[in-house]
Amino acid sequence: MNENKRKIRSQWSTLKFLLQKEFLQIFRDKTILKMIIALPVVQLLILPWAATFEQRNISLSVVDNDHSTFSRKLTEKITSSGYFRLADYSVSYSQALTAVERNDADLILEIPYRFEDDLIREQSAGIMISVNAVNGQKAGLGSAYLSQIINDFNQEIIPPDVQSGRQNRINVVPYYRYNTQMNYRNYMVPGILVMLVTLIGGVPAALNIVKEKETGTIEQINVTPIPKAIFILGKLIPFWMMGLLILTIGLIVAFIVYGLVPAGRLFNIYIFAFFYLLTFSGIGLLISTYSETQQQAMFVAFFFLIIFFLLSGLFTPISSMPHYAQAITRFNPVRYFVEVMRLVFMKGSGFSDIMPQLLHVIGFAVFFNGWAVWNYKKTS
Amino acid sequence: MKSSDNHITSSSDSTGNPSGFMIETGNLTKKFGDFTAVDHISFQVSKGEIFGFLGANGAGKTTAMRMLCGLLSPTSGKGRVAGFDIYKEQDNIKRNIGYMSQRFSLYEDLTVKENMRLFGGIYGMDNKDIKTKTADSLQELGLGSEQNLLVKYLPSGIKQKVAFAVSVFHSPKIVFLDEPTGGVDPIARRKFWEMIYRASEQGITIFVTTHYMDEAEYCNRVSMMVDGRIDALDSPVNLRTQFNARNMDEVFRSLARKAKRIFP
Repeated sequence: MNENKRKIRSQWSTLKFLLQKEFLQIFRDKTILKMIIALPVVQLLILPWAATFEQRNISLSVVDNDHSTFSRKLTEKITSSGYFRLADYSVSYSQALTAVERNDADLILEIPYRFEDDLIREQSAGIMISVNAVNGQKAGLGSAYLSQIINDFNQEIIPPDVQSGRQNRINVVPYYRYNTQMNYRNYMVPGILVMLVTLIGGVPAALNIVKEKETGTIEQINVTPIPKAIFILGKLIPFWMMGLLILTIGLIVAFIVYGLVPAGRLFNIYIFAFFYLLTFSGIGLLISTYSETQQQAMFVAFFFLIIFFLLSGLFTPISSMPHYAQAITRFNPVRYFVEVMRLVFMKGSGFSDIMPQLLHVIGFAVFFNGWAVWNYKKTS
Repeated sequence: MKSSDNHITSSSDSTGNPSGFMIETGNLTKKFGDFTAVDHISFQVSKGEIFGFLGANGAGKTTAMRMLCGLLSPTSGKGRVAGFDIYKEQDNIKRNIGYMSQRFSLYEDLTVKENMRLFGGIYGMDNKDIKTKTADSLQELGLGSEQNLLVKYLPSGIKQKVAFAVSVFHSPKIVFLDEPTGGVDPIARRKFWEMIYRASEQGITIFVTTHYMDEAEYCNRVSMMVDGRIDALDSPVNLRTQFNARNMDEVFRSLARKAKRIFP
């Protein structure tokens, strides 16, 4: 009993010495310190504005074969919407196509000859939209915006007598819950925070033990009686604290710059981040125990990080992924943090709502850290 | 595996060292694939001895040393260090030894003091012990203002002295030194050996590999490794008589000539 107590106390004191050493090293590494501050500030200041799904400045080439009041009105309405930039007025469709080939135009709007006449006499007229679909998202959203504007235009020019005759028109007014203004940044900022925390939690950890292998210091450690789990813990805790620090800085920046405050409780974000960071430091340390050089570790870390990010639902909705990809996301810790961040930030979800995600991540944390301790061998 | 009973009895007794030898090996062997790096070596080292482990490059010295330190698992054969089995009681061995690797392996981004504190702490010393011992060690090293420099800024001769000071900082029973004076000038080497002697006077058993034959003369006993085997083992005086040589250099040459192992 006493022997056990003494043992535990000596292991705690060993851990204390290790942590002192790790923090000394971190604070002497000016690059790491700068990254801790710069990464969240820069990423949160720039990315939400730059990496947006909204399509603006879509270049439009107009082929107006009619040159009528209506055709001019339509063109004006489109260009004043803010989504389109008039690239040029082409005299013919084939000329407009050349503009598309030169990448000067993304969309062609062709207004046929006698457009106005047909509209007035026959109450209908055709318009052709051609879309450069190389960038599928731009093409899809561009043509959708354009159709919507033309539809509006259509409503405006229907003669009053016809309008009153159609009493049963359904008017859809969407109300966007949780993000009432459909503000893209409200959606993106929590996601970027996830990326930041993941990077800081995972990458330095992946490089750390392997750096000790490269410099040879691990040998001096391996020849001591230090328990493996204590050594790994000594590595884990600093990265874990760094991750929580980054998260805090990120949350402050999100509040100051975007006025974003989680609708739910901050505590729920932190309790989740607590285990999430353990998971990623564990993955990092695991990579570290398998790698021989920092280059290898970096490569492997990025291999997984890119897959994790792309399949996290951060950039594209998981529900629209193919089934096999959806299955893979179940094993992706990032996915759960993205979900939790958006749930807590936007929906204000409570602790019980994030429970399934939390349990998943605790499972990952135990699994990866256990594996890292097991795979770290003091004797080869 | 078969002698598990022995392991239990010896580990339960903290001084457990029935034979009185600090290091004992019997047909200790290490193979890497088809290559036999260490080939059935058997020897004993007594308490307080300065034991020189000599041999050409690639003779298997470092591999043998790494097995004794618990950094490498042997392929076959027996071995006990500080009374503990090298297969099953590696942690007990590690508590009782110090080790200085061929390649400088202290933390270069820590100062001399910080390295001492770290390793002292890992070996279970408390703050007070660490403080006293640090003062002693720094005095012995003769470091002035350099003691607060990061280790990476120290010249290599001093680095090696610091590495030695750290390896005996926790007063181990045995210290393993793997080519501790490689690339050091003759005066610094002389000083280094003075440190080794002082450690030996404090009762620390010294196990040292070297290439310098003049250093072999400083040892109580010397073993000569050739192609993974120990071909000669005796005191420097006896070896010289046995090989009819004027100095250790000649002993080494007559033995190393027999080596068949060729490394590119």
